Formats: sequence, C-alpha cells, structure tokens
Amino acid sequence: MIRQHFHRGNQSFRDKIFALDFLLIFFILLLGVISFFAMYSTEQGKLGYYTQSHLYRFFIFFILFIIVSFFRIKTWYKSAYLFYFAVLILLFAVDIFGVTASGSKRWISLFFINLQPSELMKIALIIFLARYYYKIPTENVTNLKYIITPFFAIFVPVLLVAEQPDLGTAVLILIGGLAVIWLTGFRIKLFLYSCFFLICLLPVGISFLKPYQKTRILSFFDPERDALGAGYQIIQSKIALGSGGIFGKGFLQGSQSYLDYLPEKHTDFIFTLFSEEFGFVGSTALLLVYVMIIYRITVIGRQSRNNFAKLYCFGFATAFSAYVAVNMSMVLGLLPIVGAPLPIMSYGGSSMLSVMIGLGFVMSCKIYQQEDVN
Amino acid sequence: MLSFSKTFQSKSKTITRRMFILSSLKIAIFVAIITRLFYLQISENIKWRTLSDKNRLREWKTVPQRGIIEDYFGTKIAKNTQVFQLHMIPEDVPNLEELFFKLSKIIDFDKRAKTNLIKRLKKRKPWETIIISDNLSWSEFSRLNLFLHEMQGIKPVVAVARKYLEDGSSSHIIGYVSEMSVKDLENSALLREINVPGLKTGKNGLEKSLNEEMIGQPGLQRFEVNAHGKRIKELKLIQGTAGKNYRTTLDIEVQKSASELLKDKSGSICIMDIYTGDLVAMVSSPTFDANKFVHGIASKDWQDLINNEKKPLINKSIAGLYPPASTIKPLVALSALENDVISPNTTTECRGEIELYGHKYHCWKEKGHGFMRLREAIKQSCDIYFYEVARRLGVDRLAVTANKFGLGNKVLDILSEELTGLVPSTKWKLKNIGKGWLLGETLLAGIGQGYFQVTPIQLCLMAAQLANGGHKIEPKIIYNEQALQPTIDASSKRFKQLYRNQENVKFVLDAQFGATNEPMGTSYGSRHVKSEYIFAGKTGTAQIRSITEEERELKLKQKDLPYKKRDHALFIAFAPYKNPRYAFSIVIEHGGSGSSNAAPIAKKIIKKVLDRDQLRKKYQTDLIQEI
Repeated sequence: MIRQHFHRGNQSFRDKIFALDFLLIFFILLLGVISFFAMYSTEQGKLGYYTQSHLYRFFIFFILFIIVSFFRIKTWYKSAYLFYFAVLILLFAVDIFGVTASGSKRWISLFFINLQPSELMKIALIIFLARYYYKIPTENVTNLKYIITPFFAIFVPVLLVAEQPDLGTAVLILIGGLAVIWLTGFRIKLFLYSCFFLICLLPVGISFLKPYQKTRILSFFDPERDALGAGYQIIQSKIALGSGGIFGKGFLQGSQSYLDYLPEKHTDFIFTLFSEEFGFVGSTALLLVYVMIIYRITVIGRQSRNNFAKLYCFGFATAFSAYVAVNMSMVLGLLPIVGAPLPIMSYGGSSMLSVMIGLGFVMSCKIYQQEDVN
Repeated sequence: MLSFSKTFQSKSKTITRRMFILSSLKIAIFVAIITRLFYLQISENIKWRTLSDKNRLREWKTVPQRGIIEDYFGTKIAKNTQVFQLHMIPEDVPNLEELFFKLSKIIDFDKRAKTNLIKRLKKRKPWETIIISDNLSWSEFSRLNLFLHEMQGIKPVVAVARKYLEDGSSSHIIGYVSEMSVKDLENSALLREINVPGLKTGKNGLEKSLNEEMIGQPGLQRFEVNAHGKRIKELKLIQGTAGKNYRTTLDIEVQKSASELLKDKSGSICIMDIYTGDLVAMVSSPTFDANKFVHGIASKDWQDLINNEKKPLINKSIAGLYPPASTIKPLVALSALENDVISPNTTTECRGEIELYGHKYHCWKEKGHGFMRLREAIKQSCDIYFYEVARRLGVDRLAVTANKFGLGNKVLDILSEELTGLVPSTKWKLKNIGKGWLLGETLLAGIGQGYFQVTPIQLCLMAAQLANGGHKIEPKIIYNEQALQPTIDASSKRFKQLYRNQENVKFVLDAQFGATNEPMGTSYGSRHVKSEYIFAGKTGTAQIRSITEEERELKLKQKDLPYKKRDHALFIAFAPYKNPRYAFSIVIEHGGSGSSNAAPIAKKIIKKVLDRDQLRKKYQTDLIQEI
C-alpha cells in the first residue's frame, strides 16, 4: 500500500531526490543549528536536558519531514479530511482526558510523549481548507452554502483551544484558516464586514477570558502597572533585547538570561535570549533565515501546477510568517504575551512536529509539482 | 472540460494575486519588526543596558572598623576585638533538625535559641547567611571546628566586635555602641548614608559624641546577582576606612581605684589637672558593664539596671545635681573678699543659731563655734559666719563669682548628657519662678543650699580654678595634641585671671589647708601626714530637705533615716598642697556628712593620683620627645 503511494508515478527515486528543494532544506538545517546553540545558551553552556532533547527531536522530526516529503501530494490531498478529524478528535480528547500544566489543559498523554493537539491543528486546518476549496470555483466562494463548512471547520477548533485556555495557539489557528479563505478570492468587502463584526464582538469575547489572560493583555498596554507580576516578563524581555545592542553581549554572555531574569527562555522567549547575545545584527540575520524559508515555500507554491498545492503552500507560508511575527512582536512588546512559540527555535515537541509535518507537505508539493491531485 | 480548465486558471490567478497582497503585508510586518529591533537595540540601547546592569549588579557595604578609645597611657578602654561567630547558610544544610541536635551538644544552643532561630529563618532567603551565635567562647569555637566535618552549611567565623574594659569604671564616659535604631537613622544623615547591616552606632557617652568620626567609612563589594538575589560572583571590592582613634586624658588605673572606692555607694569622683584641664578621672557609681549592650542586653539585666534606685545608667559626674553645701564656702569667702564687703579679720559670734528676718537659722554645730574670723569659719565650716557674709555680699554678687569659677555652666560640652546646674540670682528667680527674691534665701545660698544645684564636675572645676591661683582653664577629656605643652607656669599670659586680687585666692586656699591639716578642721581626720601627700580641702554636707524643729530636738542620726532622706556627702580638694597639680571633687549620694564619708575617700584617691603623678609627667615628656 505504501509502496503504491511512494513509487507509482513517472519520477524515479533519483529524480525525486533531485526534485527536493535543497535551499529550503539548507535553511531548515541552519535554523536547527542556530536553535541548538540558543538552547545550549539557555543552560549556561552545558549540554543539559533541554539541549539534548531539543537536538534529538530536531533529528527525529527532520527525518519525519523527509519521509513526509516523499509521499505523493495526492496522498496528502486524500487524507486531508482524515487528518483534520483525527486532530479534532484529539482536541476533544484533550478537553476530557487532558493533562493540566500551569493552569491550562493543553496536552494529551500518549504513553511516550505528551502531545499538544492544538499545535497539529494549525497544519490540519490549513490542509483541510485547501482541500475543501480546491473544488469550489472562485465565484462560488462567497455563497452561503460554502461558507458554513469552513466557518465550523475554523471555529470549532479555535474555540476548543481558546477554552483550554491557550489564546496564542487559537489566534494562530484562526490566522491560518483565514489566510486560506482569503487566498480563495473571498470578497474583500465581506472580509471587512466580518472583521468589523468581530471587533464588535470583542468586548463579549473579553468577558470570556480567564483573569490571567486579562491581566496579560492589560499589562501589555502598561507593563509598569505591575512590574513584578504580569508586566515582569515583557519588561525583562525588553531589557534583555535592548541591552544587546548592535552586536550583542556575545555567545553565553547574556546576563539577563544567564542570571534568570528572563522568563520562559527555552520556549516563548528564545528569540530574546538569542537577540541579547547576538544583537541587532544576529536578530536580523535570524529573521532573514525565516524570511528565506517563507520565500522558498511561496516559490514552491507558485511553481505547483495544482491549486490544492498552491492554496496549501501559500496558506502555510502565511501561517508560518504569522508564527514568527507573533512571537517576535510579543517579545518585542508589540503584542501582548499570549504564548506563541518561535518555529523550530522554541523548545517544544508538538510545535516542532507540527512545523516539520507542514514543511513536509510543502516539500511533497515540490517533488510532485507536476502532478495533479485528481 | 475547457470551461473547467478556464475556471481553474482564473482561480489560480486569483490565488496568486491574493498571495502577492499577503506577501506585501508580510514584508510590511517584518520591516516593522526590524524597525522595532533597531529602536530597542540601537536607539534605546543605553537605557536598556543601564537597566540590565541595574538588574545584574548589586552592591553590599562592608562594616568598617570603629576607631578605638585609649586612656592617657595608651591602655585601650574601648577596642575592637575578635569575636567568634557561627554563621549558617540555610540552603546548604541537608537536615536542619539534625544540625540543631548536633549543635546543642557542642555549643550553648538550647530550645529557646532554636525557636528564635527558626523564627528568623522564615523571614530570610535560604541563601542568605544567618548568624546563629555572635559571641561564642573560645572553647565552643574550637570544639565546633573539631566537629565541623560532620556538619554541613555552617561556618565558624572570626568577626570584629566592640569590647570595653570589663571593670566598667569608664562605662559612663565612654558609653556603648549598639544596633542602630530607627531614631538613630532619623537623627543622622551620615548614618542614613553609610547604613550597613551589622554596623553599630554609639548610643551615649563619647561613643555617641564622637560617633561620626569614629564610625569609619564602609567598604564596598559589588556582586553579580541572579533574579532571585543570589550572589553569583564578586566583581569589585573597595576596602573601607577605619574610624578615627581617640586618646583621652583619663588614667584608667585611677578610674579603677576610684570606681573601687565608690563600690556599693552611689556617687561620683572627678579629678582634674588644674593647669591643663585634663580630666584624670571621672567616675560615677554604681556602674554597669557596657559590653552587655553591644550584642543586645538581656531583658533581665536591663530591668535590673533601670529598677536600681541608685540609677547606675546615669553619669552622676555630669548629670547628677546636688546642692554644693559647705564646699561653696571658700568661693563665698573669695567673692566677699573680692567685693570688699569683709576682710579676713571680720569677726562674728556663732551661738549655734541666729534669728534673721523673723526666722531662725541654725549652724551645723548646735553649741556654736563662738567668735569666728574668716579663716576659722572656713576651717570649721561655720554656718552662722557665712550667713553674715552672704547677708553683706548679696546673692547677685555671689552668682557672678560662682559663674566665673565654673558653676552653672556646662563644663565639658562633649557629652550630651551633661546638665547645666543652677546658680540662683534675683533675676533668675523673677524670671523662672516669678517671685521676688527673699533675703532669707540669700543666707541659704551663702552655705550652698536653697536653689543652688551643681554637678560634681563643676565642683571639681571650681576647686581647680581656685587651686591654680584663680585662673581660667578649659577642662577636656579628649587629649588634644596641639596643647601638648603643659603650661605649668601660672603667670603665663595664656591663662585668663578670674580674680581681682590674688591675695584673696591665696587666703582661701590657705583656709582650706587649715580645714584639712589643722585640729578642729572639718576634714582633719582624713589628712595625710607624709609631706608629699599633704592636701587641702573643704567638706560639705548637703541637706536634701529642711529639718523641722521637732527633728532637731530628736537629734536624729543619719543612719536612722531612710536612704532617700539622708544627706549627700561632698568634698572638694586640691593636692599636693605645695605646688598643687590636681583638683578633686567627691560626692556620695545620701552618704551622710562630708567629713566622715567623703573626705576619707578623697584621702585614698589623692594618694593614688599623686603616686602616679611622676609617671603621668614622664609620659608627657616622653611624648614631647617623640614629636
């Protein structure tokens, strides 16, 4: 069965290898190396638990990424709904059997790892919508008939995740979904109307927020309000970033992180740590690596013959940009601290798994770019 | 099929177009992020770097060495000594209970100390050093070191603490240091500036007056600390500077003997160099052990001190107020002679009592002294004679002389506890009591009773300024190196004359010689026979209540009276009689009569001082040669 998906087609295995996007692979590996050094620095230059397990994960998920790449895009097209519903079931399972950590129920225990299905949903929703819209002509997109399914497909998982509570991931899932809808040619007017409608609903939404989420958002607008409590993270993050200067304090010299002033330095604030040690030059370079990855994904999408691949690649590129932009804006004090990891850099298995699978789909689009899904 | 392909193519175009719009948006967002990075890391870099250093660096002040106080001969009265302390870093202790159990076997660490320590532990961070004991004995300390390998997280430390001479003879002058209080901090800008945990401050005596000079300048240790306040590494160390040392004019040996002589009594002994004004000794009794205050006095000891009716904490030499009684008679005589109201030959008959202004006034000698002239009257301390002298002199002229010779003014002005005393005058009474002066009050002033209030140090200064021939001196307790050259020559221009005719001063001194060295003199019983010890003095017995006629009939003995009602015994003296050098004042609170209670003490202390006179002089010349 697997052989069928793997070998049938008019490309030889050699051709497929050559069809890989080596530039994209290079940047992913580069990011992996950078993330290793950043993780090594969070442990004050010791090859500790976090560094080791981050390294193992990267290694395993990179192999997974290659494996996913070699499956035909048609296979992924066909299993898109299945993937989506499987993740959705997992999300419901989290709600019931989930593991609670630091006040929120996000994980599900799968014997060997704690999986965070909300991270997988980021990819699952994009591929679901890409398949859904693949067959719908542009002029029908705005039909009410074709709005209902995507609406539920987006808001069921978003609400489930928001309720865990995990505002950051919920917003990122939402952005991924909206990006695909936007790409299908959904009427701009309607987009604006629904945005307006959402803004009107915002006060209602806020009343559903947990108290800690509210203080986080309030402290975004005025971090000094509670400098040692909710505003602490953002103040310390800005101090670390700002004190980095042009060239940074040097590798393993970031006093803010080394002396524990920086919170969550393995996960959400890994960029702060990196930026403190490597300064403006290093941060811009890192951002450039991300831009290159996004650029490569976009190019792959453009080169694809079928619209499913286009929708998926552009959707994923947009979502990926959103992950990077939200995380960086957050630590730079441009957005409230909502909890959004930086792809591949941040410590966290599910996040990396989801990004790697997403990239694997992209690579599959690249290898089979001449194929159609039907 | 064609139409499908067409829609497919148009859809593809739509997607691509929409993708371009999105890409521009992404570029805009990334540019915004880079701008923000630029703003934080380059434009505002200095601000954030400062904040980062503020986070990272913390400074600790180190306790400076306090200046020491020596006596005239270099004996250290207040010094810094090694104390053995036991420190603990709670986070390094694997098992507190086990440690406490082991400690209780090795040092004095009982249940109470344990609960106290646990209470303190709760308020601190586990990596902050806590002091378990700040004053271990040597044997405890050495035993601790022996068993140290069995106990983790504790550290025996040799630290510096204030140490005073054990005998306590100088406790009142030196005072003591103790933990800083909120009030201390409020009162002193310097203390607020250099406040270091563990820094002690002077609470009274010289420790308080000279606090700011003696306290020194704290050092500085700069550490890198982590977010939890734990010190990671030392980055900088600036040594503090020790405080200024002081040499006093005191002779600790004399201090000790004087204190010994006053043991179990309440009172004061002051001894002054009559030319230099150096205080050789100033003792107040009962005394206390200043060392008890350094590490915080125990509640029981404190209660004992404040409930003692002899008031050990008060420095009676400068803050005890007494009527001068008959010790003022030489001064009254001098004042009268200087004002030409009497001559040495003025004669008055003493019949034991006299009626003046419709009131009966008594002499201490019931039967009376008979016909008296001035010298005899001083020698035998005849009250009736001095009523007459006072009547002729008037209180205001007496007040002028008394003020000139040191009564009614602060003598040292270095110890904050010092009191001014009171020399009454008509003006004073009108201003402070609001009533006119009564003539009878003049008579009481003439024998040093009534409103008169003096401190023992004032009496000593008075005796000194009479003994040096009537010249003004500046009493001091801190040895001043500029004034090293003592001017023994009385006629030197450096001395300000307090007299009009020096013959009058000489007469008064001679009368005091009579009082001590001639039969019938009030202190004849306490005289020295050996020529080098011969001194001259004047007794005084201060009544602290008026004696009723009834009591006079009963002839109540002093020892039959309750303690608080007994007379104060006073004595002033100067020695040696030929070429005098030292003046003395002795006050025994509720001690009875001056001649039988104060004068014998004077006899002993005078011998001690004169025995050490050569040594003192030699030390002085030695020092001059050194310079």
